[in-house]
Amino acid sequence: MKEVAVQTRAKAGTLESNDIYIMVEPREDGGITLDLDSPVMRQFGRQIEKVIRQTLEDLGIKNIYLVAKDRGALDYTIRARVETAVRRACGG
Amino acid sequence: MKLRRTMLFMPGNNPGMLQRAGVFGADSVIFDLEDAVNPAEKDAARVLVRNALQTFRYEMLETVVRINSFSGGACGEADVHEIARAKPAAIMLPKAAGQEVKILAGLLDQIEKEEGLPGGSIKIFPLVETAYGLVHIDAIISSSPRITGILLGAEDLTADLGIKRTKSGEEIFYARCQVVTACKAAGIDAIDTPFADANDPEGLKNDTLKAKSLGMTGKAAINPRQIDTIHEVLAPDEAEIKYAQRVIRAMQEAGKEGKGVVALDGKMIDAPILARARNTWEKAKQAGIRSGSYEEYSR
Repeated sequence: MKEVAVQTRAKAGTLESNDIYIMVEPREDGGITLDLDSPVMRQFGRQIEKVIRQTLEDLGIKNIYLVAKDRGALDYTIRARVETAVRRACGG
Repeated sequence: MKLRRTMLFMPGNNPGMLQRAGVFGADSVIFDLEDAVNPAEKDAARVLVRNALQTFRYEMLETVVRINSFSGGACGEADVHEIARAKPAAIMLPKAAGQEVKILAGLLDQIEKEEGLPGGSIKIFPLVETAYGLVHIDAIISSSPRITGILLGAEDLTADLGIKRTKSGEEIFYARCQVVTACKAAGIDAIDTPFADANDPEGLKNDTLKAKSLGMTGKAAINPRQIDTIHEVLAPDEAEIKYAQRVIRAMQEAGKEGKGVVALDGKMIDAPILARARNTWEKAKQAGIRSGSYEEYSR
């Protein structure tokens, strides 16, 4: 996968039930930094983080700062919101 | 024959609704990328619906996605490129006209080829909701063999006509007749406009009865609460089923005697009435009211 660079700050998703709010910021280096908050952190925190990291890898993102505020989102929603935020941050 | 009594609209940017789509009992769901989505969130809804289609096995549920229009700066083309690759059963095209259906069909041809999908596997559901669309409904239907049904959109149509939309629906009598006649002539489904008041079950029942009496084969719903009422009204009732059985039996007896026509209760029964009786039987079977073949049942 070709490396893609995030250009600007962008967000996607909501704080409503079953959704996840994602905010991303560009990073020139330093890899991926996640700041994750979820009411089910103990049970599913690792799985949510795995889905976020896999989605970023699929999108070719190597350096990013990502804030995620989960409200009980399933994997498909996490993937969709991360993808939307990254697309927006890359200029659509 | 796909049973399509109810088509339930669901907002395309609502994860909770998309993941629960299968539990409400509708025959089809319409994931809406158009009116139900804020213009600033169109991109997010598109990605969410694509992910939902790629993730969930909706089993017997037909998944239809209402895209945005191709005209007026709307993002219909982007919707198709994103959604068609996730293989929905059909794409619903708002404010349809023949030319737009052809554009959509062309895009689907291209995407199906790129994705290795069987040609023509994604169907098209035009939404007739303008005076122009209603007048040119035959041209719309004949513009692609992918078309599997038409949905009448009365809210936009009455706005286009500059008339008031009422609960009694006299103002859409002509439109309903036009849609039903064109759809029956083409052998596709005629789906009635949704009843807008989700808190008026009696009004919904009356509206569905009117649609049924004119030949509508299904009805769109805007709230899961509307599904049971629509199914109840559209299913053949016991008297209709019993009459259908008697017609089938009478025609079988007539056939044994070498006759093509027979009288039942003093009325002539011939091929068209037999066809209607068989159709009633099939609907009863699909609705789970009867089982087995009508030949078997009518012995």
